[in-house]
Amino acid sequence: MQIHDKPHEHSHSYGSYILVWLALMALTAITVAVAGMDIGRFTVATALIIASFKAYLVLSVFMHLRSETKTFVVFVIVALLFLGISFVLLFSDYSFH
Amino acid sequence: MAVDAANIKTNGHEPSYLEYKGKHTGILGWILSTDHKRIGILYLISLSVFFLVGVTFGFLMRLELIAPGRTIMDAQTYNSFFTLHGVIMIFLFVVPGIPAVFGNFVLPILIGAKDVAFPRINLMSWYMYVFGGLLAVTAILLPGGPADTGWTFYVPYAVRTNTNVVVALLAAFILGFSSILTGLNFVTTVHRLRAPGMTWFKMPLSIWSLYSTAWVQVLATPIIGITLLLVAVERWFGVGIFDPALGGDPVLYQHLFWIYSHPAVYIMILPAMGVVSEIIPVFARRTIFGYKFIAFSSIAIALFGSLVWAHHMFTVGMSDTGMFIFSLLTMLVAIPSAIKVFNWVATLYKGSIDLSTPLLFVLAFIFLFTIGGLTGVMQGVLSIDIQIHDTSFIVAHFHYVMFGGTGFGFFAAMHYWFPKMFGRMYNEKLSKIYFWLLFIGFNFLYFPMFIMGWLGMPRRYYDYLPEFQTYHLISTIGSWILVIGVLLMVFNMYRSVMKGKVVTEKNIWGGETLEWQIDTPPIHENFYDIPVVETDPYQYKMNEEKSEKEVVN
Amino acid sequence: MSSTEHTAGTHVHRDDVGSRMGMWLFLFTELILFGGMFLIYSVYRFQYADEFHLAAKELNTIMGAFNTAVLLTSSLTMVLAIIAIQRNQKTLSILLQLITIFLALFFLVNKYFEWTAKFHHGIYPGSEELLSKSSGEILFFGLYYVMTGLHGIHVIVGMFLIAVMTRMTRKDIITKDSYVRLESAGLYWHLVDIIWIFLFPLFYLIT
Repeated sequence: MQIHDKPHEHSHSYGSYILVWLALMALTAITVAVAGMDIGRFTVATALIIASFKAYLVLSVFMHLRSETKTFVVFVIVALLFLGISFVLLFSDYSFH
Repeated sequence: MAVDAANIKTNGHEPSYLEYKGKHTGILGWILSTDHKRIGILYLISLSVFFLVGVTFGFLMRLELIAPGRTIMDAQTYNSFFTLHGVIMIFLFVVPGIPAVFGNFVLPILIGAKDVAFPRINLMSWYMYVFGGLLAVTAILLPGGPADTGWTFYVPYAVRTNTNVVVALLAAFILGFSSILTGLNFVTTVHRLRAPGMTWFKMPLSIWSLYSTAWVQVLATPIIGITLLLVAVERWFGVGIFDPALGGDPVLYQHLFWIYSHPAVYIMILPAMGVVSEIIPVFARRTIFGYKFIAFSSIAIALFGSLVWAHHMFTVGMSDTGMFIFSLLTMLVAIPSAIKVFNWVATLYKGSIDLSTPLLFVLAFIFLFTIGGLTGVMQGVLSIDIQIHDTSFIVAHFHYVMFGGTGFGFFAAMHYWFPKMFGRMYNEKLSKIYFWLLFIGFNFLYFPMFIMGWLGMPRRYYDYLPEFQTYHLISTIGSWILVIGVLLMVFNMYRSVMKGKVVTEKNIWGGETLEWQIDTPPIHENFYDIPVVETDPYQYKMNEEKSEKEVVN
Repeated sequence: MSSTEHTAGTHVHRDDVGSRMGMWLFLFTELILFGGMFLIYSVYRFQYADEFHLAAKELNTIMGAFNTAVLLTSSLTMVLAIIAIQRNQKTLSILLQLITIFLALFFLVNKYFEWTAKFHHGIYPGSEELLSKSSGEILFFGLYYVMTGLHGIHVIVGMFLIAVMTRMTRKDIITKDSYVRLESAGLYWHLVDIIWIFLFPLFYLIT
């Protein structure tokens, strides 16, 4: 529809972004610390989980996904799903060599 | 849809888009135009040229194969020819084809919009198309000759051969980018520019197809972008990512290649299916059967199509588990396509059939695509594929779906929207003649390939055993019939654009979608006022009257 | 990227949501471009886990972490630049955009030093030193150079893009009432950041 949207609303305060930035820096520090510890296979898994959470913060706050319409969220999920499915099916070959 | 006629202003005051004078005039007014209709025509012209170049390579290949041994060219040339034939036909004709020409022309009109969401990006995607196409063809002139790897550029040969592979890779990359921009434009346009009242389920079915296609264009194309880039990087820097000598895995290349190239075949076929869904209701004078099934099947094809890529790789040494999974998924992907075929046939049943040229091409599509699709399912069976992989059976299969399917779908669209696009009509008698030449030529050209492939004739082979000679002979003669049909068609189209009978009536076919409610040819902004849509598409009164009668009886 | 005027004589059609939608779709293509490389990385990592561990030791974790912090900060300054222009604080917005560019440059300079240090140790595609190592290590460095190289190219493109935005802000083309271009540039920049968020642990932290 040739819609007239209401003005794009998101937080006009600097504070929330700075808080998220601090969280991102802290998470980075944690990832580095965890890598230094010897927990074998879980190092990578932990690092990736933390990275995913950092990406989530950037996506939802910095990129304003949380204030866009649901359509954008569906879009992102579809794109990630495509990558995810490719990954899983690719390994249906490689994990069984 | 039965839009209230008063909604579409018809005072005919404005010039058509062909005569419109904007910021630029003359030829600049075309090559700098951001009007989706002019861009569609620009694509049509450049695409037709590249199509004819691709046909020429195919024609010459068939001449070579008319007899065993060397006929008109040596083996190296033959290898370059099938590479160029594939690259040109796939990246310059079948993939862009219907979306770039007819999608561009018709999509905004069908949803009641004045243009696409990003008109300048639309123009840019055409520039990239032309540039990529020229790049692909210039390789012929460079020392070393054009690539001889096949359009699939498999490593390690693609890294080692001394032909101009990087030029081809770059061309494919640029063409991929053009495709991405078109897809991005169409997704945004469908979300943002539908006319008031046009909900998702009031959209014409070709929009559902183009929309699903656009998503595949956006998501799948980057994979081949990076993969081809990596082959170029490999040639330049010897990085080793796909080089077995350095620990790389050539099969991983194939996985990455087909993660795009399989969904690409759905980029090719979905728009053609959309065209079929547009044409059948008009020429059967019946509401389409199973609108929602057809709409959702487009989404399903796009989705399932990204799950099956490794069925192109059953003979390269994948794990058994991987092969079983991909074979199973391949069976699933046939289902939504079959649903469409059933719905189309159900629409035709008891319809008031008008066998004009557009419907002829559509009927041919259904026949040829079904053969192609069924043989595809056969190939999905592991035990069969082990035998027929890399034979001409595969070549026959994909020509039936890509050419018999998308190609004939393109021709159908051409003959359906021609009067609206140009305000002229082509010679219907001639079109029926070349329709039959195309259909008969096509089957003589490709059907023997199924048989000889089954009997063991390899693909991409320049020479062959005497036992295949008769099949090759029939096939080459088929190619001559087909080419005559193509030439007559091009002649008819060109002559009719220049001198065909003038058409000013808005609705020459009696269609119910928005393009048939506006001026012929359309004015610059398509509509005098954006329409307000109230009913479903393809509502044919005859349908209602008929069912009333049946109820009474 | 906004859907503004068609050819002369037609009305201007502005659709900020549509503009952002177009940029998001473009970002997906970038995501998948790099995604393809991440797929390759994961297959080879699966096949050569130990050799990847060994090779990763050559990389400087501190450098990598520092660069991660630089890029995260540049994401902050970018989004703050948008808030600033929304609040009509033009000078602050320009300043924040310039800081973003500067941080990007800083990132690239660090990258340059990292790479040249490697070259100095004879570790580059095709080098004798590298080819004498195991397959897994050769692949690790192949992936390292290609992925960080491709990422670096995107950082450079991002810098130019933001520079154009800065100029537009100065010339009042980007204003409190029309800033979707800046938002779109910001989206691009954040994606460049997100890619690095994943590159960092996968190359620097798998020792």
